[in-house]
Amino acid sequence: MNLNIAILIILLMAALWATMTRSLLRAAIALALMSLVLTVIMFRLNSSLAAVFELSVCAGLIPVLFVSTISLTHPLTKEEVLQHMKDRIRRFWYLPFIIVAAGIALSLITVKLNIKLPPPEAVKSARAVLWNERPLYLAGQIIILLIGAFSVVILFKESGKDEH
Amino acid sequence: MNIEALQIFWPFSLFVIMLFIIGIYCISITFNLIRALLGVEILIKAVTLLIIVAGFISGRTALAQAVVISLIVVEAVSITVAVGIVLGIHGHNNSLDARKILDTDK
Repeated sequence: MNLNIAILIILLMAALWATMTRSLLRAAIALALMSLVLTVIMFRLNSSLAAVFELSVCAGLIPVLFVSTISLTHPLTKEEVLQHMKDRIRRFWYLPFIIVAAGIALSLITVKLNIKLPPPEAVKSARAVLWNERPLYLAGQIIILLIGAFSVVILFKESGKDEH
Repeated sequence: MNIEALQIFWPFSLFVIMLFIIGIYCISITFNLIRALLGVEILIKAVTLLIIVAGFISGRTALAQAVVISLIVVEAVSITVAVGIVLGIHGHNNSLDARKILDTDK
């Protein structure tokens, strides 16, 4: 349990780093670190297949997307960064204090959990659930992937037309 | 009912709430569009963690994993489309600052 708490604290620190760091590249790296820590938590909570997906997609693909977007857009110059820094510090310095205060307040609350859990069922694999019990999930994923592919094609087609 | 599993629910949900606070703060305070997307990512990570913990305490990890895999697919697609929109906005306005974009719209 203590190890879980330590891992969760690392997750929270990575989230704070992603939010508060000045450099967007470092924020993307912090996001990858968050996914990595979340993967460890998933392995510890017996969800290995989801952990592999999280590791490959969220810690691999999405930071690459962010880094390529950052490199395709014009980064700020050093003077602009210094100019924005004071403004950023003024807006973001509350956040760690809010998080610490919320953490202390929430840990002081004693919640009587009255959760009615469903009756235990036979242990199944995630593959069996996805393929046999919930095939609509797979159909939905395929539809969403197609929608995403067509939207990206349309977005870049439009921007190409505008340039001419 | 697994009492030990239920006991870990509150510490995990405490951290989920704090992740939610960070994500919502990031979205509401920043003016940079890429950083707003980072906030959305943090919120999605909080939801993923909550689903995994709920699956663990109810003993239905297979179902939770199926939901999380669907969520990861939706997350990847939505972030890809959002990144495309951000690049389009940058192509039009040459800026990612929401204030400047709103000014040029006027």
